[in-house]
Amino acid sequence: MPATFTRHTVETERKDPGFGGKPPVDRRPTGGGGGDENWDSRHSRRHGPREQLIRYRMAVFSVLAADLVFFAVLVSAFFVRQSSVHIAPSDNVVSDWHPLSVPPILWINTAILLLSTFTMEMARRQLFHEIDIMEEWLGLGRPAVRRAAPWLIATIVLGCAFLGGQWIAWRQLAGQGFLFSTNPNTYFFYLVTGTHGAHLLLGIGALVVALVCMFRFRRVEMRQIAVDCAGWYWHAMGVFWLFLFVLIAFFQ
Amino acid sequence: MTTPPLTPRPRRLFTTDHRVLARNYLFLSLIAVITGTLLSLLMRLHRTWPGLAVPIHGIIRPEDYLALVTMHGTLMVFFVLTVVPQSAFPNLVLPAQMGTDRMAFPHLNAAAFWITAFSLMTLLAAFFVPEGAPISGWTGYPPLSALAAAGPGQATGMDLWLVSITLFCLAAVLSSINFLATIIARRCAGLTITRLPLTVWSWLVSSGLTVIAFSALFIAAVLLLADRHCGTSFFLPSGIVINGMPQALGSKAGGTGSPMLWLHLFWFFGHPEVYITILPGMGLASSILANFTRRPVPAYRMMVVATLLIGVLGLGVWGHHMFVSGMNPYAGTAFGLTTIAISVPSSAEILTWLVMLFRGRMLLSTPMLFILGFLSFFIAGGLTGPILAQPALDAYLHNTFFIVAHFHLVMAMAGVFSIFAGIYYWYPLLTGRRMNELLGKIHFWISLIAAYGTFFPMHLSGLAGEPRHYAQLNGPVESFTRLIPVERGITSSALLLAAAQLIFLFNVVWSTRRGTPAGPNPWRATTLEWSPDPHPTVTTGPYEYGSALAPNGDFRPQWEPEKPF
Repeated sequence: MPATFTRHTVETERKDPGFGGKPPVDRRPTGGGGGDENWDSRHSRRHGPREQLIRYRMAVFSVLAADLVFFAVLVSAFFVRQSSVHIAPSDNVVSDWHPLSVPPILWINTAILLLSTFTMEMARRQLFHEIDIMEEWLGLGRPAVRRAAPWLIATIVLGCAFLGGQWIAWRQLAGQGFLFSTNPNTYFFYLVTGTHGAHLLLGIGALVVALVCMFRFRRVEMRQIAVDCAGWYWHAMGVFWLFLFVLIAFFQ
Repeated sequence: MTTPPLTPRPRRLFTTDHRVLARNYLFLSLIAVITGTLLSLLMRLHRTWPGLAVPIHGIIRPEDYLALVTMHGTLMVFFVLTVVPQSAFPNLVLPAQMGTDRMAFPHLNAAAFWITAFSLMTLLAAFFVPEGAPISGWTGYPPLSALAAAGPGQATGMDLWLVSITLFCLAAVLSSINFLATIIARRCAGLTITRLPLTVWSWLVSSGLTVIAFSALFIAAVLLLADRHCGTSFFLPSGIVINGMPQALGSKAGGTGSPMLWLHLFWFFGHPEVYITILPGMGLASSILANFTRRPVPAYRMMVVATLLIGVLGLGVWGHHMFVSGMNPYAGTAFGLTTIAISVPSSAEILTWLVMLFRGRMLLSTPMLFILGFLSFFIAGGLTGPILAQPALDAYLHNTFFIVAHFHLVMAMAGVFSIFAGIYYWYPLLTGRRMNELLGKIHFWISLIAAYGTFFPMHLSGLAGEPRHYAQLNGPVESFTRLIPVERGITSSALLLAAAQLIFLFNVVWSTRRGTPAGPNPWRATTLEWSPDPHPTVTTGPYEYGSALAPNGDFRPQWEPEKPF
């Protein structure tokens, strides 16, 4: 039905008894490609490489939404725990929150992780570089994979360096006598760095898988998907870390 | 895809066929619902005849009663009301309703099933450990749930409960990720988002809610496990005394944690969970009402917007579970207002359904009867919602049986009746046969009357002040003994309700072999799960009943090719 009343009956007769939407095909100036103007008889676009990529990206984004809630809850718990107090027998309001100065090595780790985000994006871009990918698709060689592999390996190395740095930070804190259950602040520190580290370990696993897939997969689009998904996950972990680092470094 | 019907024996145990997984989920829920029902009957018997000795167990002690409450709630909420509408039904029909024959991520989907199954086994194992099942309720409030010394069952039993919940969260999030990707990226040609059935819209919203809500519960359960075993004090306040013994907590700091933090995190999960369980039922109600009144859904877009609004607002009302918990009273007012706000889209949906009933000729088949039952319970239970959303009224009613009546009507009975409607409606997809109509109608009428008989009097006993956590009403203080006759009525009604389900079980089993063969489209439905063509091309909306475009003037299926102009 049109939004306004009209006297033209032709207008009110719905040709399309659904609720108006057109089929989700990309409408290029050629009329959808191939000269076939019938939108409804085109099955192939539904399972094309672009749709497959979107499907996998959707899954990764959903995982990241779940992770976002995970870390948001952790952050809210941090603030609640920071502000909670109890009444001591001497009628004083006592807080058991002792601010912690984070080990300086965390700054270096943060820089390393940001650098790895850059190398990851470079690797991802190589696989979507049109000329190289066309060449791979035609079977004329593997220029995209050859160019992406060094960046991907660099990302893995930087990721391992970050985890190593986090481990050093843990050792330093433990050396100063701050263990997991020393006070509320230390267990938040270990919990935040620990859960983020576990996520990053999964990310490194994903990167290794992507590296292997890049050389093993026969279909070009599957190579793209492997690297793309690992890349989005990696970027998100970088952003999460930035927020978590600001939290534990400045909101004591 | 009606033909071919489900293969009776899957070739492999670890199958990724979503319809076999749907059947497995239904079996899993059957185990949970039978166990949960038996536990509730034990509770009812104990409240009526406290001295009655149970055959194997003996006399039910107060701590046993609390364990029954805990396990009944956990089994029913997680493994029945969540698993069936949010895991079993989507596996059964979601890909078919999208005109595709597989999920986006079949292996992820299968993994989610096995994690759920393992989670159920972990939970049931809590009955068999020393000291038995946990006693802190399905909400697991600390400090009761955080200290092993807090009561019987709070040591190993509570650990198993927490591990089970953690696994369940993981499985729920994984399966929802699969559903989201399937809905967004695997629609068939021509199936635009405005041509999706409302069930699919509901699963889109409830899967989104699952991703958000269950992630929050996951980390909350991890923090509670850390409190129990790693010496932290996220949820443990200082100065806890159990049986006269001050508790030295693991943390050197002595603990200044906040139990309120758990309440907030739990209900941030808990309220969206209510919508996760009921939204698929609401979508199914729209579909079935359209089918059995042979009328289109009158305001499709408004229904979609209402579903989305319920999802969004549902994330902001959790505080109404916590009015009496010591939360800031101003926060209580705010949560009361958001709660009133969420009743607007819910009422919009209900009024639309009533319009459909008013305008159409009802065909009272069994699925339709159960959806009418769903409507009845949803309205009857929903009407007490705005009452409980007032912080002042809730202060009196919160710990009485009024709350029990409210959520058993609006969540449990409405949810279960929509589950029954779904099973009666989609049974031909599983077996190629219809369930027996006469048995179905008997099942419906007994269940309806017995369910009201069980849960309606609880409003009255709740108003009279009957507390909901007491194991029994008789004792040295006699204030509640006059309520015992009401209790007797409730218990007999509950026994009748449970007995009526035997008719349903018999019908399910009997109809697999003896039911009337269903044919390709037994309900003359328009949505794609009944399509004979596994890869249809869609040109119409989902509810073209009584349409001028329909070839026979009655209905036009979505898979039917467009008429040449």
